[in-house]
Amino acid sequence: MTDGPPPLVDEAQAPRVPTTLEPGPLPTPEPTGPPEARLTARQWVRQNLFATPFGSVLTIIMGLGLGYVLYRLAWFALVSSDWEIVRRNLRRFMVGGEYPEDQVWRLWAGLYVVGGLAGLLSGATVAHAEQQARASGREVVRPGRWDWIRRYWPALVVIAVILSQTRTWTPTLLTLLGAMVFASARWLGRRAPWLARFTWLALLVGAVASVQVVAGFGGVSWSDWGGLHLTLFVTVAGIALSFPFGVMVALGRRSSLPALRWVTVAYIEVIRGVPLVTLLFLGIYVIPLFFPNTVEPPSNLTRALIAVTLFEAAYVAETVRGGLQAIPRGQREAAEALGLSRWKVTRLIVLPQALRAVIPAMVGQFISLFKDTSLLQIIGFVELLEVARITVSQPAFLGQRLHTVTFAFVALVYWAGSYTMSRESRRLESRLGLGERR
Amino acid sequence: MSDIARGAERSAPRGHGDQGRRLAGLVFNVRVLRVAGQVAAIALLVGLAVYLGDNYQANTRSRTGYTGWQFLDQPTGFDIDTANFRAAQPVRDALWVGVRNTAISAAAGIVVATVLGVLVGVLRLSTSWLARKTATLYVEVVRNVPVLLIILFTSAGLATLPRITEARDLGGLAVISNREISMLSPVAGDGLGTYVVVLVAALVAARLLWVRRTRVSDVTGEPHHRVLWAGGLVAVVAVGAYLVLDGPVTVSRPQLSGSGVAGGISMSIPYVALTGALGIYHGSHIAEIVRGSIQAVPHGQTEAATAIGLSSFARLRYVILPQAFRIAVPPTINQFLSLTKNTSLGIAVAYSDVSALGFRLIGSRAPALQTVLILMAVYLMFSLTTSVALNLFNRRLQLVER
Repeated sequence: MTDGPPPLVDEAQAPRVPTTLEPGPLPTPEPTGPPEARLTARQWVRQNLFATPFGSVLTIIMGLGLGYVLYRLAWFALVSSDWEIVRRNLRRFMVGGEYPEDQVWRLWAGLYVVGGLAGLLSGATVAHAEQQARASGREVVRPGRWDWIRRYWPALVVIAVILSQTRTWTPTLLTLLGAMVFASARWLGRRAPWLARFTWLALLVGAVASVQVVAGFGGVSWSDWGGLHLTLFVTVAGIALSFPFGVMVALGRRSSLPALRWVTVAYIEVIRGVPLVTLLFLGIYVIPLFFPNTVEPPSNLTRALIAVTLFEAAYVAETVRGGLQAIPRGQREAAEALGLSRWKVTRLIVLPQALRAVIPAMVGQFISLFKDTSLLQIIGFVELLEVARITVSQPAFLGQRLHTVTFAFVALVYWAGSYTMSRESRRLESRLGLGERR
Repeated sequence: MSDIARGAERSAPRGHGDQGRRLAGLVFNVRVLRVAGQVAAIALLVGLAVYLGDNYQANTRSRTGYTGWQFLDQPTGFDIDTANFRAAQPVRDALWVGVRNTAISAAAGIVVATVLGVLVGVLRLSTSWLARKTATLYVEVVRNVPVLLIILFTSAGLATLPRITEARDLGGLAVISNREISMLSPVAGDGLGTYVVVLVAALVAARLLWVRRTRVSDVTGEPHHRVLWAGGLVAVVAVGAYLVLDGPVTVSRPQLSGSGVAGGISMSIPYVALTGALGIYHGSHIAEIVRGSIQAVPHGQTEAATAIGLSSFARLRYVILPQAFRIAVPPTINQFLSLTKNTSLGIAVAYSDVSALGFRLIGSRAPALQTVLILMAVYLMFSLTTSVALNLFNRRLQLVER
């Protein structure tokens, strides 16, 4: 109000106009974008490639450089490189070297459990959201029929690449079966929107069930897991364990109890100041020494998971703290005025809003954990990256410098995973209307 | 809070007289409860630590024979090839070698990442569509791949270089082999001390000249040409003194000699792989920061600058970049910190940074907990000093708001 132009009439003489009460909603002009420019090919080239002299030079240099790199890449992928090493070791890449062949069906079964549950939950969530939208009179926006291809193309491409390296049709058929399980579960889920209320419970059940399918009932214990399976397991288990722990730490960080606050601050700052490698050393070499002689220390993977969880929780805590700080004080005060207890205020009012606000950041954290699981190779786990490193020294491929091939394959898998997730997080961000400038 | 207090009142036993009531009031008093709870929690933590510590002591004593910090004075038990380090030297010295290597690779990595990041970040905003897309491709590929994979990939690539006996000589500028890369380097001559003093004096004089030219320009309105004046002064003095002192700095060229390279400055291949890969990886993050912070400067600023008639260079130099820089500093600090922590991945390519040496020390019977604690302390020290220094710098940059 103070920034406006100076009043033209003396304030004392001017008729008093109530400024706080508006007579009604002001007509808001329809937002119109700039007129769409239709360019001919010639104009487009001029505007986008040769707009300025410097830009033209750049275009030429970059064009030559990029052309060369793409040519070399295509030559490498299609002509020069021999993908035999990937084809012959595909199972190793997927499940590691120790995993017995006759137990692979368990992994497919676990995959179907996860896929079915994911379908059920995603269907239920969508149906629930639509129900809510309809109830509050908002418009229901349905994505296009083939939208999922555009959204998940990197992951789909990689699945196709992996399947193209198989020698029989069985994996392809089993994958298609998985897609069908997902689709039919989603169809079911859309008819059961009430399921959305039990998302957390369902996720917990699904996680335990999928691990049990593989490891339980005379299955393969997780010290024999490896490859992509281990990578994904550590990622999911790491986030599942560190999320609740991180939220608790974040709440402790904002607590009014000084002792709690000091301990959590010290924890967060120390963990964030050291690299994951040191924590993995701590987990692998130090944790067993904390146990008395009479007690068998936990297995290597458990210890690595403890280290990963401790590490990740500190970052989750900082992310969640950002969300907690973004919640206006009035929310808490209003809830207290309604007579809710402290715990209820946190659980029902503050946390849901805070967590919703940090979803994109949490996805970012998830991505970095996915990439960081490669560090497990340093302490001797045969995860995806380690498979790529050791297969080149197999007798059949020794001394052929096939690093480029195996690393490229693994890089593609990592890239597809994190790129898909980061696109999703950006989509969520814009849908939640977060982080918008201007 | 009040819930509990009310509960306390209700649950206070009746008919036990005043004393019971007072005691109950004390026990259920919220403040007392809070303090007691915290003390109990801390006591529990300390107790747990003591219990674990006891177990640890017992276990290490039976394994290694010593428990405290005496191992720092024991002989290390292995050589470090790149650092002229012998196995008989104490563990303490080995850790110092590691700290130094960590610092060196972090510093070099930061330089590489910054240069690359700024370059790519600017390319992402270029007028050329192709340049923009190329930069985007680089960023989106590198950012979504584990840094360890990039390190191993770089290392595998460098392993394809010729062997040291067949090292390639790039016109005397560098000698490249799969053991080390040696480059041209300056070497101190006789009069270096004098030369440095003269140069510093010239720089001070140039600064004074700069200020004077600016003032003259402010008063009279004539162009200041301060870059020309100050730069010219420094250049003339530098060249003149160099000739007068008869070459205080000479150049050492790397040369193949037998089964090694003599002269120049040599970088081991693990070091090149680590710093190069960290530079590539964090460069992609810094590129995003650069792009984001330039775009975050409100468009009105550009328009206003154009409206008052600034040239496109002046607009960038005096309006956009200062503001973008301010936005970019905090996230860039974070990148530097995370790069420093990622030097710990040198272990994967056999670079002797502090983590890799810690790993080897644990392998050669150094007590694990102490070694890991030292590692953590080293990284915390790096993190804290970097963040304190850069935050001070950042505070100077920030706008003072009303």
